[in-house]
Amino acid sequence: MLQIENLTKIYRGGKVAVEQLNLEIQQGEFIAFIGTSGSGKTTALRMINRMVEPSSGKMLLNGKDITKMNAVTLRRSIGYVIQQIGLMPHMTIRDNITLVPHLLKWSKEKKDETARRLIELVNLPPSYLDFYPSQLSGGQQQRIGVLRALAANQDIILMDEPFGALDPITRDTLQDLIKDIQLRLNKTIIFVTHDMDEAIKLADRIAIMHEGKLIQFDTPDNILANPANDFVKEFIGSHRLIQQKPNVKTVDEVMIKPISITIEKSIDEAIRLMVEKRVDTLFVTDGDNRLQGYLDVEGFTGARRTSKSISEVYETDVFYVKTGSKLQDSVRRILKRNLKNIPVVDEEHRLVGLVTRANIVDIVYDTIWGDEEPTAATREVAAGSAVIEELSLQ
Amino acid sequence: MITFFTENSSEILLKTWEHFYISMIALLLGVLFAVPLGILLSKTKLLSKIVLSITSVLQTVPSLALLAIMIPFFGVGKVPAVVALCIYSLLPILNNTFIGMHSVNENTKGAGIAMGMTNLQSIILVELPLAIPVIMSGIRLSAVYVISWATLASYIGAGGLGDFIFNGLNLYQTELILGGAIIVTLLALLADFILGKLEKIVTPKGLRLEGGRAS
Ligand SMILES: Nc1ncnc2c1ncn2[C@@H]1O[C@H](COP(=O)(O)OP(=O)(O)O)[C@@H](O)[C@H]1O
Ligand SMILES: [Mg+2]
Repeated sequence: MLQIENLTKIYRGGKVAVEQLNLEIQQGEFIAFIGTSGSGKTTALRMINRMVEPSSGKMLLNGKDITKMNAVTLRRSIGYVIQQIGLMPHMTIRDNITLVPHLLKWSKEKKDETARRLIELVNLPPSYLDFYPSQLSGGQQQRIGVLRALAANQDIILMDEPFGALDPITRDTLQDLIKDIQLRLNKTIIFVTHDMDEAIKLADRIAIMHEGKLIQFDTPDNILANPANDFVKEFIGSHRLIQQKPNVKTVDEVMIKPISITIEKSIDEAIRLMVEKRVDTLFVTDGDNRLQGYLDVEGFTGARRTSKSISEVYETDVFYVKTGSKLQDSVRRILKRNLKNIPVVDEEHRLVGLVTRANIVDIVYDTIWGDEEPTAATREVAAGSAVIEELSLQ
Repeated sequence: MITFFTENSSEILLKTWEHFYISMIALLLGVLFAVPLGILLSKTKLLSKIVLSITSVLQTVPSLALLAIMIPFFGVGKVPAVVALCIYSLLPILNNTFIGMHSVNENTKGAGIAMGMTNLQSIILVELPLAIPVIMSGIRLSAVYVISWATLASYIGAGGLGDFIFNGLNLYQTELILGGAIIVTLLALLADFILGKLEKIVTPKGLRLEGGRAS
């Protein structure tokens, strides 16, 4: 849907920021531009919505030449999210979300309906629509920044280090959110970052930039498996190259059967089940086996006397991964959030499995002894300990 | 002193009203002229330098002289007074509009443009609302200036509270001078107070919440 041919930007003063950039992006793809600071990522991105005028080259959006389009019309069809967020401080959250629909002169009903529908997408209550940006935290503001880029059904969303200023936990949550939205709404996203973990986690394809040139443009797996040159190798970091090997595994291959209980059961039944199965956590599901939350043995020691049913005491704040996702992601999440385990759900949110801390041990084991070549054993052991170190650092 | 107020009460009311409306018309014209000009200037670097230096030169012309200069063009009476006062009100408003427009956060402005605002939409929907607090304080400043300088307008026959003061000077009656001066001061304070309230009202709510951060 987007073709970029020989795109070049030379700033006044002669600085060549982007040089002969060529790439083609398909509808629904999540592309990450990555590179060191000053490598031309922002310049490349801003040429797509003509915030920067290209010096030469061609860009075709759905076959139409971007440089020949009306810049204002073009920008209304392209979402843009920046690190500094840039919400309008004098406008309510509702008006911020529907800024582009407002410029496109949608009716008030349609704008209000859009705002209400969208705010749920980022897990914020509709009451926030009447708030002002200054009343929201940075992470919440950036959720609104993302919605602003979606509200008018923009074809493409450009994001320039959107989560770079957020704390790691908030960033992680927003990464999950944006990936989920992208898949659900089948959006095309071009995402600038300098964080390789972020790029690997989110992108279908990664474009590695260096001094204005595109060095490699491929899937994360291919880049990790075949780095184009030493620069890419160094940029990826040796620990990731090694880590990659066991990581082709998905959660489905290692997950175990979780112990769950339906929500209408009593607390006594829950405790009996825990004792019988010898577990300290039960996953709470509805009648259709859809994950609702969990019960933790620590959570209800006190509650037992006062309440009778699970629905009164269970925790709804549960992190989960989707079936088919990479094992490495789940493990990273377990470590980052200090979880005991993480449930796996299918597309309908039904509980299908559980990844536990034991899987971390498996990864480390695979890294150390997974490679058959005996001569390489010592090298791999050293590498394995590097992995352990890195995992415990996260 | 008390007798001044009691004996001239109807005349005082009349002169105060005269003073007030000369000042307000001058201020209103000043706002109507300086705010759009300030916006325009904030968009062109070179022109802004030229215009702002011209107006600050005008500002240094002694008020009495400026009033006198008006006579050949507009004769005597209220019209030349209003024109002269209007010229005086320009600079603070122009300056503050210019500064206010420039102080709008680049990222906020940039986000508006990137969302597909035209330049005019950016001014109306983003820059002006965010610059309002700064512009309003320029208008307040101008109001106080204009009301106190309107005293001199009496000199070219425009009436107003200056009449008391000039009469007092001619007749050596201090209570006329003092009384006139007190009312002018009160009028200026009142205008400042009311415009202060207005400033709060026109400042967008989202900005008031964060204590007037102009970004
Ligand atoms: N407006 C500009 N004028 C001149 N040079 C610029 C401008 N913007 C960026 N540059 C230069 O272009 C190069 C690429 O910048 P940028 O695209 O911002 O890189 P990145 O986003 O990868 O950090 C840098 O060397 C930067 O200094
Ligand atoms: Mg950048």
